[in-house]
Amino acid sequence: MTVLEAKNLSIGYGSVAVASGLSLSVSAGSVTCLLGPNGVGKTTLFKTLLGLLPPLAGQVHVDGKDLAQLDRQGIARHIAYVPQAHSADFAYTVLDLVVMGRTAYLGAFNAPRKADYDVAMAALDRLGIVSLAGRDSTRISGGQRQLAFIARALAQQARIIMMDEPTASLDLGNRILVLDTVRALAHEGLAVVLSTHEPEQAFIVADQVAALGRQSRFVAGAVREILTSQELSRLYGVALGIEQTPSGRFVVGPAPSH
Amino acid sequence: MRTATILLLLAALLVAAVLVASGVGPYRIPPLTVLEALAHRAFGGAGGTTVDTVLFNIRLPRVVAAAFVGAALAAAGAAYQSLFRNPLVSPDILGVSTGAGLGAVVGILFGFPVVAIQLLGFVGGLITVAVVATLASMLRGSGDVLVLVLAGIVVGALAGAAISLVKVLADPYDQLPAITFWLLGSLAGVKASDVGVTAAVVLIGLAPLVLLRWRVGVLSMGDDEARALGVEVGRLRAIVIAAATLITASVVAISGVIGWVGLMVPHMARLLVGPRFDRLLPAAILLGAAFMVGVDTLARSAARIEIPLGVLTAVIGGPLFVWLLARNRRKLLP
Repeated sequence: MTVLEAKNLSIGYGSVAVASGLSLSVSAGSVTCLLGPNGVGKTTLFKTLLGLLPPLAGQVHVDGKDLAQLDRQGIARHIAYVPQAHSADFAYTVLDLVVMGRTAYLGAFNAPRKADYDVAMAALDRLGIVSLAGRDSTRISGGQRQLAFIARALAQQARIIMMDEPTASLDLGNRILVLDTVRALAHEGLAVVLSTHEPEQAFIVADQVAALGRQSRFVAGAVREILTSQELSRLYGVALGIEQTPSGRFVVGPAPSH
Repeated sequence: MRTATILLLLAALLVAAVLVASGVGPYRIPPLTVLEALAHRAFGGAGGTTVDTVLFNIRLPRVVAAAFVGAALAAAGAAYQSLFRNPLVSPDILGVSTGAGLGAVVGILFGFPVVAIQLLGFVGGLITVAVVATLASMLRGSGDVLVLVLAGIVVGALAGAAISLVKVLADPYDQLPAITFWLLGSLAGVKASDVGVTAAVVLIGLAPLVLLRWRVGVLSMGDDEARALGVEVGRLRAIVIAAATLITASVVAISGVIGWVGLMVPHMARLLVGPRFDRLLPAAILLGAAFMVGVDTLARSAARIEIPLGVLTAVIGGPLFVWLLARNRRKLLP
């Protein structure tokens, strides 16, 4: 079932379009990887899908509703945002951070109540990090912080979760932990869209790949269809090859020069 | 300790500070007698004793004014620190104090009555922030945080230059001391009639901050995250700036420019109740009120002359702030 759909989208800031004619459809229970070289508008597309930037043309639909017709709280109930694991400017506890995900359900003058804390604790439990609840979110590891932000998105109870380079600046163990979490969330029926600079991650985690290249070149489809040597080489502007290891993993690297 | 307990203790501290401060001065009144006189007045007893005269005409208006000044500056500081995602921001970051200062010194230069000087200070503060906000939104559509701060610095510097010019033009024997004293902050001239108006404006300004406390806290995660969490960032930011400007301008108008309180008190409150804005705001309000009552009592009783409040808050606040930072580095400086 399609939960997020972009139709003939033009994206950009002000009146300058960075890319146009983009169409994408994301279904529940799937992972979509958003790939692309620097400077082609990947972040702009990401923000437009999240409703943080208005599209210059076309529409984004979440659960069948046009984003442009929804207010902030309405959007937040459908689509949650997991930022890169940055440190907050104030030393909030992990639970305080996660319960912010309930803002979309609170009246303008209300603070979270017991029920909201229960939802936040359940989100922590789902990711196995209940023990972090009382910890200072600025003093935990990057991987733990990333999980805390994912827990906040879960507390938001949206069916679509958009993650901005969720494994950037994480060590190997935490990368695997986060990617496993992404898979598990999709398995539970959520639609996850994540941007990444590493095509190999798409082989590990994604059902669908959306690749935005130069001159608005945009392709979306199944992982093996999109991630070919030719497409990757064209996307990143260097000769790339894909090799399969004996264990079945895919490795992307410079094309063999023979 | 639970937040509610801490807030109750802070409220008790404020009450104690008010009772003691009302008794301190050339004519000493023990706190219990103050309480007695208050109860007597509250239940409609006849006044007219010396205690009543001193208490209700001289001491209490000033003590209550000090409480409102401290509460307002601390609340505005806490709100701005959340809004600008920076714990080192004070209420005058957008130039409200400098603007109010310019309005007031112009009033002093033209020899206006005190009420007019206060009104000019108030209006000067509001206009300055309005100019800053307009400038920022002209420079970049939604008026983002960095542009706001830069516009605040520019407009504040202009107002500061204008204040210097007024100082040069002012009569060095009569007006210049008044200007200097006003720019350093004092509650010496506060009258009972000023307190009611200031209190009303401060309460009007505090109301939206208290009501929107949760959302203001979410704002500290940054614009994109706050939006994605369901907050209308632009509208909320405009409300917070308007409210903080209103309360700061209204207290600067009666007290002059008092630094440090808006920066330091939120930090002290953060040590007590943590960084969450919905808990921080009430703690900062109570603590700021108690702190200012204490400082103003020192200002009028520690020496034979009235010590300017800005001098005292800097002398007390500066070292205290450094000490707090050194002791709680982990908590305050992530």
